Amino acid sequence: MTTTIETARGRYAVHRWSRLSQVAMASVALIVIALALVPYLLSTYATEQLTELFILAILAAMWNALAGYGGLISIGQQAFIGVGAYATIFLTQRGVPPYLAIALAAVVAGILALPVSLLVLRLRGGQFAIGTWVVAEVLGLLIALDHDLGGGTGISLTGLNIYPPADRQAYTYWFTLGVGVVLLGLVFVLLRSPNGAALQAIRDDEEAAASLGVRVEAKKLMLFVLASFGCGAAGALTLANTLFIQPQSIFGVSWTAYMIFMVLVGGLGTFEGPLIGAVAFFAIQHWFADLGAWYLIGLGATAIGFALALPRGLWGWVEHRLHLRLFPVGYRLEHDASAVCQATPAADPAPPA
Amino acid sequence: MIWASVIIQGVLLGAVYALFACGLSLMFGVMRIINLAHGDIAVVGAYLVWIVATRAHVSPFLALVAVLPVMLIAGYVLHVALIGKSLRGGQLVPLLTTFGLAIVIQNSLQQIFSPDVRSLGAAAGWITTSSWRLSEALAISWFGVLVLVVAVVVLGGLDLFLRKTGLGREMRATAQDPDAAELVGVDARAVYARATAIAVATAALAGAFLAMRSTFEPASGPTQLIFAFEAVVIGGFGSLWGTLLGGIVLGVAQTIGGHIDPQYSILAGHLVFLVVLASPRGRTLAARSARR
Amino acid sequence: MTGGERGPAAVPPIRRAALLSVECLEAHHGLLHAVRGVSLRLAEGEKLALVGANGAGKTTLLRALAGAHPVTAGTVRFDGADVTRLPAHRRVGLGIALVPEGRRLFPDMTVVENLLVAGRHRRPGPWTVDAVLDAFPLLRPLRDRRAAALSGGEQQATAIGRALMTNPRLLLLDEVSLGLAPLAVDAVYDSLTRLIATGTTVILVEQDLGRGMRIADRVACLLEGRIVLEGAAADLTRDEVTEAYFGLGGAGGAKARSTAP
Repeated sequence: MTTTIETARGRYAVHRWSRLSQVAMASVALIVIALALVPYLLSTYATEQLTELFILAILAAMWNALAGYGGLISIGQQAFIGVGAYATIFLTQRGVPPYLAIALAAVVAGILALPVSLLVLRLRGGQFAIGTWVVAEVLGLLIALDHDLGGGTGISLTGLNIYPPADRQAYTYWFTLGVGVVLLGLVFVLLRSPNGAALQAIRDDEEAAASLGVRVEAKKLMLFVLASFGCGAAGALTLANTLFIQPQSIFGVSWTAYMIFMVLVGGLGTFEGPLIGAVAFFAIQHWFADLGAWYLIGLGATAIGFALALPRGLWGWVEHRLHLRLFPVGYRLEHDASAVCQATPAADPAPPA
Repeated sequence: MIWASVIIQGVLLGAVYALFACGLSLMFGVMRIINLAHGDIAVVGAYLVWIVATRAHVSPFLALVAVLPVMLIAGYVLHVALIGKSLRGGQLVPLLTTFGLAIVIQNSLQQIFSPDVRSLGAAAGWITTSSWRLSEALAISWFGVLVLVVAVVVLGGLDLFLRKTGLGREMRATAQDPDAAELVGVDARAVYARATAIAVATAALAGAFLAMRSTFEPASGPTQLIFAFEAVVIGGFGSLWGTLLGGIVLGVAQTIGGHIDPQYSILAGHLVFLVVLASPRGRTLAARSARR
Repeated sequence: MTGGERGPAAVPPIRRAALLSVECLEAHHGLLHAVRGVSLRLAEGEKLALVGANGAGKTTLLRALAGAHPVTAGTVRFDGADVTRLPAHRRVGLGIALVPEGRRLFPDMTVVENLLVAGRHRRPGPWTVDAVLDAFPLLRPLRDRRAAALSGGEQQATAIGRALMTNPRLLLLDEVSLGLAPLAVDAVYDSLTRLIATGTTVILVEQDLGRGMRIADRVACLLEGRIVLEGAAADLTRDEVTEAYFGLGGAGGAKARSTAP
C-alpha cells in the first residue's frame, strides 16, 4: 500500500501503513481478548470501573467524530445520552428484556438524530453549538414533565434486578466492550474509506470540499447520526452501570464538558486521541473528584490551556513530533528537501556617479 | 384584560433579555464567534455590583456606575489574554476556550461566594417593588419600564456609535472584511478587543438588572446565555434593533407559557426559538450570518 | 535607461537607496510553496509591472509585501527599515498600500464610508475624500451609495481611492482590470496613468501584458513563485515576456535573465 511518484523535483512516496501501525493493529485483537477476560480475573468493582472507562471512551470517540472529523462542535450531545437512558427505561417498562432495550434505545437515539438534524445542521459554528444545547434542554424539560418516567426526581432501572449483581456487572461490561469495539471499528473503517478523506476535507474547508463534489450535507448527517447513536448507547449503558438517573444530570451540560476535555487533551481529530483522553480523564476524575468545585475549575482551565497551547492534544503532539501513528487512518508523505535561495547581489537602481 | 398584563410583563422581561443579547450579538457580528461564557460574565457583573453595594453601603445603581468601567477594561483584557489568541486557532477554538472559561467562572464563583441564591432587589429600593397601576388588572412595574428604557438607550447608543463614529465605522469594516480593513490601516485585533470590552460591559449591566429584578447564583449564567442566544436568533442576526425585538418576543412567549402553567414558561421560549429556526426565515438567516 | 533621468531638475544620478528591497522571499499557502526565493529592488518613483500566469504567486507576493501574508523566509525592507514581521496595518502607517485583488470593498458601507475608514489611519499628505472624488469624478454622484451596489468599474475606482486615502509612498495594485468591461478598464487606466505621473512608486500586477508594459518602467515575470525574467520595459519585447510567462525555453529558472535597470 505504498505508492511512489517520480517527479522532476525528486521522489515522493505515499504510505498508509507503517511498521508501528502494523504491530499496533495486531495487538488490538490481543488487547480486546484480554479485556474480555477481565470479569473472570478482577473484582466486580474493577469491572464496574472499567465499564465506566469504556463509556467515557465511547463518548470521547463520538464527540471527536463530530468535532474532529466533521468540524461540528456540539454542546448538546447530552440530549442523546439522556434519550438513550430514558428510552431504555421506557422499553423495559413495557416488558422488553433489558439488554435488548439498551440496544434498541441506542437505535432510537440514532433515529431521533434525523429530525433534530433538520433543525440544527443548517447552523454553523457557535449557532450549531447553542442550537444543540437548546435541543438538549428542551428534551430534559419535556421528560421531567413525564411522571411515568420519574419526573424531576429520577427513576431506576429495575429490569436488571433479575440478574445477581456480579453477573449483571459482567454482562454490562461485555456489552459495553462490544459496543465500544463496534463503534471504534466503525469510525476506523469510516476514516480509511473515501468517506474519511471527504470528512477531513469538510473539516478543513467546507466550500472547497463541496466544489470538489463532496456531498457535504450528507456526510455531516452521517456523522451526526453516528455520534447520536453512540451517545445514546453510552447513555443507556450508563444507566445499566449506575441503575439510577435523573433528568438534570443525564441531560446536563457537564457531559459535554467531559467530552471536550477528553478530546482536547487526547487530541482532536486523531483516532488515538479520544482513547488517551478518556484514560486521562478517568484517572483525574478518580483522584480529584473530591475537590468539588476546584476540580471543575481545574478541568476548565486545562481545557483552555490545551486549546490554546497544545491544540493537537497529547497524541497529536506525539504524532507531530515523532511522526508516529498507531492506527493507519491517514496518509503520510515523504519528500526530499528543496534548493536554497541565493540572495543575488542585485545592482543598485542607479549606477554611481 | 389579564392577557394584556401578561403581554406587557413579557415585553418588560424581553427588555432584560435584549440587554443580555446585545453583547452576544455584537461579538458575533464583529468576530463571528459565540462567547459561551457570556451569561457567566453577566453573573460576575451581578456579583461585583453586589459586593460594592454591600461593602460600600450604596445603592446598586451607584455601584453599577463604578463596576461598568471595570468590566469594560476587563473585557479588553479578556480578549487580549484569551479570546484573541483563540481566534487565531480557527473557528472551533474560541468555542472551546469560552466553554472552558464558562466552567471556570461558574465554579470559581461557587467557591468564592457559595452556591447561595441572592438578590439585589431589596437593595435597589422602592423601584423594584412599585408599579404604575393602570387599571384593576393591569399594573406596569416601574423597574420593568426602567430596564426597557435602558435597553433602548443602550441599543440606540450602540447603533449610533457604529453608524456615525470613526471607531464605529472601523468596527463595521472589520466585521465585514477584517483582511481588507487591515490593508487600510485598521488594527483588527484592537477592534475585536473593543467589541469584547463593550460586550462584557453590557453583559455586566444586564446581569446587574437581572439581580435586581429577581435572583442570581453562580449557576445562573448558562440559562441567560441560552435566552440571549434565542433572542438574537429570533430577532435576526446582524441587527441591533432586531435583538430588542427578539428579546421581546422571547419574553412574551415565556410569560404566556408561564401563565398557562409555570412549568411551561422556559419550555415555551425554547419552542418559539425552535419554530423560528425551522422556518424558512430561520434557514435564510442562518445562511446569511454564516457567510463572511 | 528609464526611471533615473528626468531632466536637469531631477535627482542627480548618484546611488539611490532602494525604497523597497526584497531578498530571497519565501511564502507558503498551507503546503503550497507560492513564492520561492524572490528578490527585487524598487527605487522611489519607479513603476514595476509584475506579470505571470494564474497561480504564479503574484498575489501572494504582493500580499506578503503589504504584510497581509506571513513570510516563511527572507526579508522585506522599506525605506531602509526591516518590515518583514510588521503587520499590515502598521505598514500602512509607513506608506505601503495595497489595492487587493477583487477590490474587497466593505460591502454594506457607502463609498464615502469606505474612504473614511482608510482616512482614519492616513499619513500626512494631499489625499482627502474630496481629492479622491476629484481624481475619480464618476464617484462623486455615488458617494452615498452602498459599495455592493456599485458596478465593477466604480468599485475599482473606490478601491484605488481608498488606498490613496492613506497617502502611500508605495502603491501595490493587484489585477485592477480583472472582471471589468474593456471600457471600464480604460477608465481605470486613464485615472491610474494620471496618478502615476505624479511620481508614486507602484507595483502593478497585471494579466494584460500590453497595458502592463505600457504603463511601467520595469517588468518582472513570475513563474511558479520565481522571477524568471526582469528588465526595463523598453528593453524587453512582448515575445520575450510571453515566453517567460509560459515557461517556454527551459523549465522554471533555466532562462532567468536580469538586466540592471
